[in-house]
Amino acid sequence: MKKALLSLTMLAAFMLLLVGCGEAPEKKEAPAPAPKAEAEAPAPAPAPAKGNDLEIFSWWAGDEGPALEALIDIYKAQNPTVNVINATVTGGSGVNAKAVLKTRMLGGEPPDSFQVHAGQELIGTWVKADRMEDLTPLFKEMGWMDVFPEGLVKLIGTDTGIWSVPVNIHRSNVMWYIPANLEKWGVEPPKTWDDFFAAAEKLKAEGVVPLSLAQNWTANHLWESVALASMGADNWDALWSGDLAFDSPEGVKAWELFGKVLSYTNPDAPSLSWQQATDMVIDGRAAFNVMGDWAAGYMTTTKKLEPGTGYGWEASPGTAGAFMFLADSFGLPKGSPHRDNAIAWLKVLGSKEGSDAFNPIKGSISARTDSDLTKYNAYLQSAAADFGKDRVVGSLAHGVAANETFMGGFASVMEMFINTKNAEAAAKACAQLAAKSGI
Amino acid sequence: MREASRDRIKAFLTLLPSMILVGVFVYGFIGNTIWTSMTDWGGMGALALDPEKNFVGLANYVELFTGFLGSGFRQDLVNAVYYSLMLLGGAVGLGMFIAILLDRKPRGEDLLRTIFLYPMSLSFIVSGTIWRWLLAPQGGVNVLPTYFGLEPLTFDWLSSRSAILVFNWQDILRILLYGVSLVCILAGVAVLRKNRRKAMRRLASGVAVGLFVWLFGDVVPDAYMMREEHGFNLATLGIIMATIWQYSGYTMALYLAGFNGISQDLRDAAMLDGASAAGYYRHVAIPMLKPITISAVIILSHISLKMFDLIFAMTGPDNAETGHPALNMYLTTFRANEFATGAAIAIVLFLIAATFIVPYLVSQYRERGRR
Repeated sequence: MKKALLSLTMLAAFMLLLVGCGEAPEKKEAPAPAPKAEAEAPAPAPAPAKGNDLEIFSWWAGDEGPALEALIDIYKAQNPTVNVINATVTGGSGVNAKAVLKTRMLGGEPPDSFQVHAGQELIGTWVKADRMEDLTPLFKEMGWMDVFPEGLVKLIGTDTGIWSVPVNIHRSNVMWYIPANLEKWGVEPPKTWDDFFAAAEKLKAEGVVPLSLAQNWTANHLWESVALASMGADNWDALWSGDLAFDSPEGVKAWELFGKVLSYTNPDAPSLSWQQATDMVIDGRAAFNVMGDWAAGYMTTTKKLEPGTGYGWEASPGTAGAFMFLADSFGLPKGSPHRDNAIAWLKVLGSKEGSDAFNPIKGSISARTDSDLTKYNAYLQSAAADFGKDRVVGSLAHGVAANETFMGGFASVMEMFINTKNAEAAAKACAQLAAKSGI
Repeated sequence: MREASRDRIKAFLTLLPSMILVGVFVYGFIGNTIWTSMTDWGGMGALALDPEKNFVGLANYVELFTGFLGSGFRQDLVNAVYYSLMLLGGAVGLGMFIAILLDRKPRGEDLLRTIFLYPMSLSFIVSGTIWRWLLAPQGGVNVLPTYFGLEPLTFDWLSSRSAILVFNWQDILRILLYGVSLVCILAGVAVLRKNRRKAMRRLASGVAVGLFVWLFGDVVPDAYMMREEHGFNLATLGIIMATIWQYSGYTMALYLAGFNGISQDLRDAAMLDGASAAGYYRHVAIPMLKPITISAVIILSHISLKMFDLIFAMTGPDNAETGHPALNMYLTTFRANEFATGAAIAIVLFLIAATFIVPYLVSQYRERGRR
């Protein structure tokens, strides 16, 4: 009896071992099936051929979901036999999606096409690792070299190729305000930071926060606008090409100006979301806010304010004539399981039809210079006009200017600066960081 | 004899699968992480199919503890130490207090017990979100006094930038030596009555170390090239409150089980000898529950060292005021692509957790050996 029991236990143990071994390779696939199951349910009517899939990996869910759906609808109309798998991992700016993508790529399981911030965030992480396909032939075939601005193509590519198709363009250096409130306080939208400081004293006397700020990343966002104003577009570009050192006098001056700007912001910033900081402006608790132009979408759609009259905007002080952009884009990873489907997807993204379907919903402008402006609202039309004529520079906080190593380190430099207000030390830390991350 | 050796083989074979699995998936991966932490895997090309990794020895650790860019990590580490200590004190103290109250068998004890234990069943993300709302600058806890006609509080629970107990990181080695001396002296005092010689030895070494650092502190090298201040950030108070809220019910359950295990005879005997209720707990019950206290401390300390989700839900990434090495490790690894540095942070955390657990395991083995 005892013997039988023992051998039974042993058998069970061995079975466990076998299961354990069998499980290991299966585990890798774990992230994929979950979204699959969800997306398969509303599959289109003409039953797509099995195995003829297109897996699109993005962080566009919630508010941005409908915009992505519009693109997928166009794709499905053009490619009815393809089964589209919409694999989204939620979380703003892709905080979670990027980590999931990295584990998938490391595990040798790339999606067919994935969303990524255009510029160095893509290049530093994926191109330098030789994981992306060069899209120059596609750009030439589709004639995109002529419809995308030249400055933009330069910023999303390297000497050896172009690495992603930009879907939208957002502007980072915008200052938002409510015209009626400014009138009440007797303040003009500032053209330079000196104007701002003069107005800020007046606002402070009224008991209004001059500039509203939210949690940590919005400080990085503010920094890039301030630094661009402080050093100018040429120096800004030189900073990222490595021709201008971060601890040069220009770099230190940018931090000093930023420190001065910070002293006019709300003290509870770290516990606010960017929407709450925008709310402060709308409620009249704060006068200005520097935020990307997704704030326009928020004020138009969620807050039902009329662009131009309900809310106003201006290039952030001292940056008129410069368009600091960031873009979402899709790339083609090497080893994409359904390469042809993915290329068809990229063609939809770059097409006029695709970008004009996507961008009015998303609240951004098209990267194409020939987009149909009647589909866009007043703010977006003005942004598109600026994009056509302004000097285009890359955003740091949103991945265009610097690779992820620099961005990760910059967040902690920012925290250090906010605590110590030591411009010299922050500039030095940035210089070290730049050396470390190969800028 | 043959039967015995056969049994042994069977036992070995039965244990073998789990030994292999634990060996590969626990110790194998610990080893792999240690190795990764000694390479330069990171930065450009870190995610290539066959990334370039070169052995760099302890350079990553040196950078973390003495480098310019490691300042965020050092603040996180200091934060985690204060956080662990406060959590231990708070959760054990509050849990014990509630357990004593419930041990007095008030009416509705069953219901109260469930209520106190309930927070345990929530996930950290849920309780973190609730507490973030409660501790918002213009809401929740801060407006509580207005219900009693008082002024609202203005403390920024999760975003305060003030710090207390600030020290200079350059002095860290000296501070650690003072700590060693303090531990020696306390250990000496603890055995003063039982073993005079041992006590004297411990006291003497403790005093010697303390005096040495006090008199010849300059001999001890500075840990960093310039002044760098770290302290207990008051913003962490909010996180500590949430964690204590979640875990004091758990320690309460531990103590309550212990109190119930003490036989009624003992209690009656103590009462007959004229012990007051306070005296009973102070001199009889709590000393008897020393094993429970020890296990509570061990469990809580390694929970606090691994804390991630609660902090992430309450203050998000990049909030240096409430930073924690576990968060820092995630961001360093998966956002900044610095895999080697991330591995080094993980190993530092692992070693700190081991300092709590290994002495406990050693003492357990010794006790078993004595039996």
